[in-house]
Amino acid sequence: MNTTKTTHNRRSFLKTSLLSGGGMMLSVSWLSSLKAADKQQALNLPEQSVMLNGYIQITADNVIKLLCPNPEFGQNVMTSLPMIVAEELDVDWKNVVVEMGPHDNTKLGPQFTGGSNSIRMYWKPLREAGAAARHLLRQAAAQTWNVPVEEVTTKAGVLHHASGKSANYGEMAGKAASLEVPKDLKLKAPKDFTIVRKSKKNVEGQKIITGKPLFGLDYRVDGMLIAMIQHPPAFGMKLKSFDASQTLKMPGIQDVFSLKLYEDGFEQGGFDTRTFNDLLVVVGKTTWEVMNARKKLVAQWEPIGDTRDTMSGRGGKREVVVPGGLESTSTQLEKMQEQAQKPAQQLRKDGDPETAFQNAAQVIERTYNAPFLAHNCMEPMNFFAHVTADKAILAGPLQAPGWIEPTLSKILNLPADKIEIQMTRMGGGFGRRAYGHYLTEAALISKKAKAPVKLIYTREDDMTYGIYRPMYTATYRAALDANKNLIAFHVKGGGIPEHAIHANRFPAGAVENYLAEGWQIPSNITIGAFRAPRSNFNAAAEQSFLDEVAEAMGKDPIAFRLELLKRAKENPVGKNNEYDPDRYAGVLTLVRDKSGWNKPGNEKYNRGVAAYFCHNSYAAHVVDIVTRDGQPYVERVFSAMDCGIVINPDAATNMVQGAVVDGIGNAFYGALTHKNGAAEQSNFHNYRLIRHNEAPKSIDVYFVENDLDPTGLGEPPFPPVFGAVANALYKNKGKRFYNQPFQNEMEKRM
Amino acid sequence: MATYNLKINGKIRQVNVDPSTPLLWVLRDHLDLPGTKYGCGVAQCGACTVHLDGTAVRACQLPASAIGKQAITTIEGLSAKGDHPVQKAWLEHDVAQCGYCQAGQMMSAASLLKTNPKPTDEEIDAYMSGNICRCGTYLRIKEAIKSTAKK
Repeated sequence: MNTTKTTHNRRSFLKTSLLSGGGMMLSVSWLSSLKAADKQQALNLPEQSVMLNGYIQITADNVIKLLCPNPEFGQNVMTSLPMIVAEELDVDWKNVVVEMGPHDNTKLGPQFTGGSNSIRMYWKPLREAGAAARHLLRQAAAQTWNVPVEEVTTKAGVLHHASGKSANYGEMAGKAASLEVPKDLKLKAPKDFTIVRKSKKNVEGQKIITGKPLFGLDYRVDGMLIAMIQHPPAFGMKLKSFDASQTLKMPGIQDVFSLKLYEDGFEQGGFDTRTFNDLLVVVGKTTWEVMNARKKLVAQWEPIGDTRDTMSGRGGKREVVVPGGLESTSTQLEKMQEQAQKPAQQLRKDGDPETAFQNAAQVIERTYNAPFLAHNCMEPMNFFAHVTADKAILAGPLQAPGWIEPTLSKILNLPADKIEIQMTRMGGGFGRRAYGHYLTEAALISKKAKAPVKLIYTREDDMTYGIYRPMYTATYRAALDANKNLIAFHVKGGGIPEHAIHANRFPAGAVENYLAEGWQIPSNITIGAFRAPRSNFNAAAEQSFLDEVAEAMGKDPIAFRLELLKRAKENPVGKNNEYDPDRYAGVLTLVRDKSGWNKPGNEKYNRGVAAYFCHNSYAAHVVDIVTRDGQPYVERVFSAMDCGIVINPDAATNMVQGAVVDGIGNAFYGALTHKNGAAEQSNFHNYRLIRHNEAPKSIDVYFVENDLDPTGLGEPPFPPVFGAVANALYKNKGKRFYNQPFQNEMEKRM
Repeated sequence: MATYNLKINGKIRQVNVDPSTPLLWVLRDHLDLPGTKYGCGVAQCGACTVHLDGTAVRACQLPASAIGKQAITTIEGLSAKGDHPVQKAWLEHDVAQCGYCQAGQMMSAASLLKTNPKPTDEEIDAYMSGNICRCGTYLRIKEAIKSTAKK
């Protein structure tokens, strides 16, 4: 297992206070904080990011209001996080009202949605918050009834005593608020759970199905203006000059101006990535008017040479050179091929891989490639801002408001307590909304326009000025001895502008001689986190490669993986292996059994398997392909997950099914390419997303049952879908596919 | 600019807009009906699906000038209390993840079921394939539609 420590800061406190109206409010804070420099780390290494908060209100008339601390982008935390509180509080779920909390990192913890962390980081503190409140209520009842607290029991929000006395929580809430919070809290045993592990419907379901204004794009105030940005036509270019005279003549247009997002030398944090720094802005009354008027802008753009960005980081600030030039996918691929031949940085080495490869009876070598991917959240980037001299109010879709607040504070020269960021429901996130530049842009536009403003990216803006999944490549090599034993394993990965290699993951630890290397090529095309960063490529490449190695060894692909995992468990090679071989094997055996792997009755399917561990959870899929209308079609999928305790099983199943559909879609169709710095895809007519008719007929999801503390599900099921699809496609087509998206490669090769 | 009296969700609503303004933006920017979503603006995603005289259309492609007397129904008007069979089925199957595309999905589904009360899987696929769900809730959408069809 990863040895990075979970650091609950123990300067925690619980405090109660009276609500007007006689209710009780309980808040829990862990006063640790995530340093700016640790933010990137936090997303990559969830183990280090723990700062938590629970928030409970009980009114005198017994309404239990639970605040959700974390932004919601479809992972259903607005339901699952309050379920955890409600469990320990021991209330009737029917009496619970859930609201999204305000953004307040001091009182409410880190409040970020990313790294499949929400459940994991809030599990313990939210349980403690619920348990503490329950204890106070019991104490209040004990005092009122003049009985020992140990004799006061609770059931579904009602306090009881054997004498026949009873009261609901609302009746005791006022008194409970005046009591001291106990030091030692007893938490429920998992066997006693009555809410957790029982499926609950999405608490915002009714609002969603009736079209209520939940999303950032729906947010509006009186007098609000609409703003759009005209970006440069290509990465590597900037604004030279512009003529807005025609635009200003268009109806509804109020202003056109240019502005600079970051001043020279501005120290960027890890999530301050922006596509362009010089912005040309059109402000007007309505969306359609601004859209049309923007087309009338006459702007001159010029190429920029190498530029320097100042980044803050551990050990102080550093300069990063962003190369100039107008990049094209074809030349990027050539550059990557060239760089792949050169020496790279060694990331891990066990044994003597060089000698093992020299002595091998057979060496298998394969190279895998994957393109940039656009996030394509269905709700395009947008943000509302109203900035005045002494205050800034912002509202919109954002995964981590606390990460952008310091940036905003510096840029607006306003203290953080004068900045209010409201977290609207997000129409998807997938990592894209961890980068809040569009919020900062909205704030600067509002300040300049002296009005409340909604900045809207059109779909084309969203797709062509993205913060993409990087372009990756990796070459895998396996050495077999004369008896077809795997004696050495080598991976050398690279990418633009980063490689994807996780050197300490499987099969590291399972092969005697092992080498992992990485290299990278800088670029001016902006990249960032995309659902399961890096893992989403690794699982495709590595799991395809293992399939091919198993075949060369004459072994069943599941049996082969289980053998490696047995080795990793019983006699692990090297140190710092990041995975638990038992849990890894657990999902493989579960999916093997549930899918009837190698069992009769499945002959009509071309089957592929893959498994992966990332973001603290384990996932395995069996993908079943058939030929339909001459095309490979994933008709059926079996999925096995181990994420510890499953909080909300039906919603968890939904998430896994969604990740499988997303994985199939991206594996077959996902690609963003560039020509001379300009994105070649701009909307859904030429960026293909998976649609209804391409989704499988069934996706059966199974969870390993255990009582381990829960981990996340947003990312872990996604990466191995790519590998399972590739392996099933091989069975369907009789050829291996090494380049994503597979649809493009099939069209080229078939 | 031109003035239009549009019949929306059973009421006549007057708007003064440029004739080219798509219904999508008339609804969202002028009539405070934000349930109809912007996803692509080019009729590729279906997030803006509404009913025009009972049939699903993409509001991003329908200029205000082309509507005339045809009745428009948006998600806000699909039912008075959010209890249209499709809406009920969506809740029952807990379909939504992020939820952004679901108004469009439901409007398409309601239109499909009106003309074809018991669609086959293939008919559902064919009718619904204009509606993208980036979260991948397609299986549940299909289950929800089929459960409605059974009733």
